[in-house]
Amino acid sequence: MVHVSATPVLALRGVSKRFGAVQALTDVELEVHAGEVVALVGDNGAGKSTLVKTIAGVHPIDEGVIEWEGKAVSINRPHDAQSLGIATVYQDLALCDNIDVVGNLYLGREVRKWGVLDEVEMERRSRELLQTLSIRIPSVRIPIASLSGGQRQTVAIARSMLGEPKLVILDEPTAALGVEQTAQVLDLVERLRERGHAVILISHNMADVKAVADKVAVLRLGRNNGVFEVKTTSQEEIISAITGATDNAVTRRAARTTGEVSK
Amino acid sequence: MSIDKTSATAQDEHEVLNTEAAAAAVTAVDPRLLVQEQGLAGYLTEFRRKMKAGELGSLPVIVGLVVICVIFQSLNSAFLSAQNISDITVTMVGTGMISVGIVFVLLLGEIDLSVGSVSGASSAIAAVLAVNQGWPEWAAVLFAVAAGVVIGAAHGFFFAVLGAPAFAVTLAGLLFWLGFMLQTLGENGTINLDSDGLIGKLTTYFFTDVAAAYGLAAVMTAVFFITSFLSNRRRDAAGIPSRPLSDTILRTVLLGVVSFAAAIMYNQYKGLPLATVIFLVFLVGTDFLLRRTSYGRKVFALGGSVEASRRAGINVTAVRISVFAISGGFAAIGGLFLASKIASANQSAGTGDLLMNAIAAAVIGGTSLFGGRGRTWNALLGVLVIVSIQYGLQLESIAEPVKYMITAGVLLTTVVIDSITRKTQKTAGRA
Repeated sequence: MVHVSATPVLALRGVSKRFGAVQALTDVELEVHAGEVVALVGDNGAGKSTLVKTIAGVHPIDEGVIEWEGKAVSINRPHDAQSLGIATVYQDLALCDNIDVVGNLYLGREVRKWGVLDEVEMERRSRELLQTLSIRIPSVRIPIASLSGGQRQTVAIARSMLGEPKLVILDEPTAALGVEQTAQVLDLVERLRERGHAVILISHNMADVKAVADKVAVLRLGRNNGVFEVKTTSQEEIISAITGATDNAVTRRAARTTGEVSK
Repeated sequence: MSIDKTSATAQDEHEVLNTEAAAAAVTAVDPRLLVQEQGLAGYLTEFRRKMKAGELGSLPVIVGLVVICVIFQSLNSAFLSAQNISDITVTMVGTGMISVGIVFVLLLGEIDLSVGSVSGASSAIAAVLAVNQGWPEWAAVLFAVAAGVVIGAAHGFFFAVLGAPAFAVTLAGLLFWLGFMLQTLGENGTINLDSDGLIGKLTTYFFTDVAAAYGLAAVMTAVFFITSFLSNRRRDAAGIPSRPLSDTILRTVLLGVVSFAAAIMYNQYKGLPLATVIFLVFLVGTDFLLRRTSYGRKVFALGGSVEASRRAGINVTAVRISVFAISGGFAAIGGLFLASKIASANQSAGTGDLLMNAIAAAVIGGTSLFGGRGRTWNALLGVLVIVSIQYGLQLESIAEPVKYMITAGVLLTTVVIDSITRKTQKTAGRA
């Protein structure tokens, strides 16, 4: 198992967010440590995306505290999050189809020499980066349009790694992928953990969550509905936490007994 | 482009397996370069693969040029005479300059319909300032080009900031600047330019010394070889795939043959035209801007995905405005060359088929109408096709209406080729 530091990289304490009359998040707590993959799960409308957007600086929080490496910080703009070291890979990958892999990796932060693009340096660093992440693509000089969905996802994740972030947020990275491609992306997630990054993984796929996550944080109707250790929790327990079956004492007991059985 | 995917499923051993597989895959040479290392046969395989995948590039337009030359030469042996070719290359500069600006706008996936009128307006501005107001010609020229840039930026403002469709904004611009030109030219409607002045000389000055044309050809070839060679050496030093030396030499020889052929031809007539030199300078400059600077990268990115560009921190509004400003600036420069050709600014400047020819030239040359793909050299090839056809038909004394129809046919063919190649590219996964 990977060493987990004592102070979480990111901690949310009692975070609330309101959109007009809609209470999207209520008193949400979340902790992510370096070298740890935390899966964020919940039904549609549970507040996963809103929570991620508050961390990424898209929506500032209304109440509560965001702690970064133990210190309270305010994240009001995407730029704030980036400068702290938070990288977000959204579901729609935001890559340019007509530009090659190197160009996409360095889009908006091109390496320049005397004001001119330093293609050689960018290509060298791209190959290095892809190599350390064990990302396999046919060539770094082919346009993104030629890559498969899984390869595009890995390029998008690699792109987020360029700024050496401490925390990487992946929004449903396997949602549209086939079996093999999903495996490639999950491999990459594990490699991020090995390199000591903290990872928040949003997913609907319990198999993926069980495969790579260390902890599962469940959101339900904008509130915490339990944080589980993946190793000691059954899939059924997580699912019942997502669907809200834990609200009922009987199902809670049933879930507990099945949980014990499965152990 | 087959990839080793087998190790991906073996999650337990991913550390060992994947690192090895990745090392093999990432350090593997670019497959496109691999074939080139197999010599001539490799080029043929590569060529066939590209044809199948629909990566035609500039091939259709080069084939088209050859066909045009063969047909018109067989009809009239004067077509490939030094004089005719020299005339064609001087005449095409006006439309070609406008077309360079159009390439920038097409790269965004937008269109600028105002360039014809803007070119007319700028020639009128220059003529009024130089002739009626007695400004020095260089000042009038600078002011006219600056006016073109400001006009373009204004179009860009309405499009980028206020969100009006570029099509509609520049359509309004087309009418407005036409009216502005007519107003500026006043009652006479024509202002004659001094044919020995700066504007007049743009298309009438020739470097008569034979050394000029040969020198330019030699310099171009040498610079191309040296830059390619040095870039390959840097790539080798950095341990990333580079073109084999044979490839660089082949390209250099091709460029050398074309440029020296042109030089010989120019020297048989009046010498190297100033207009051609200026056009080449602008083509090299804009090509550099688009492919070697981060500004150019931003333009391509916007043509690919606006949302991705925005998230990458690109100032979308600023880039859009600047592209329309560039388009306006080139329209103004083109307008000055067109005025120089007829030694006057008159009411018909910037009207007729000028706008269509400028857009057609960019598209015929290989710039995609759908944004994100193209080079400013496309403008050169495209305008060469269009002006060659015009001159060829003129030699055959074919009337204006037929010329329009034939140019239209060429444009339609090109757009059809563009659409079909896009379909093929999609099926080959390269769109």
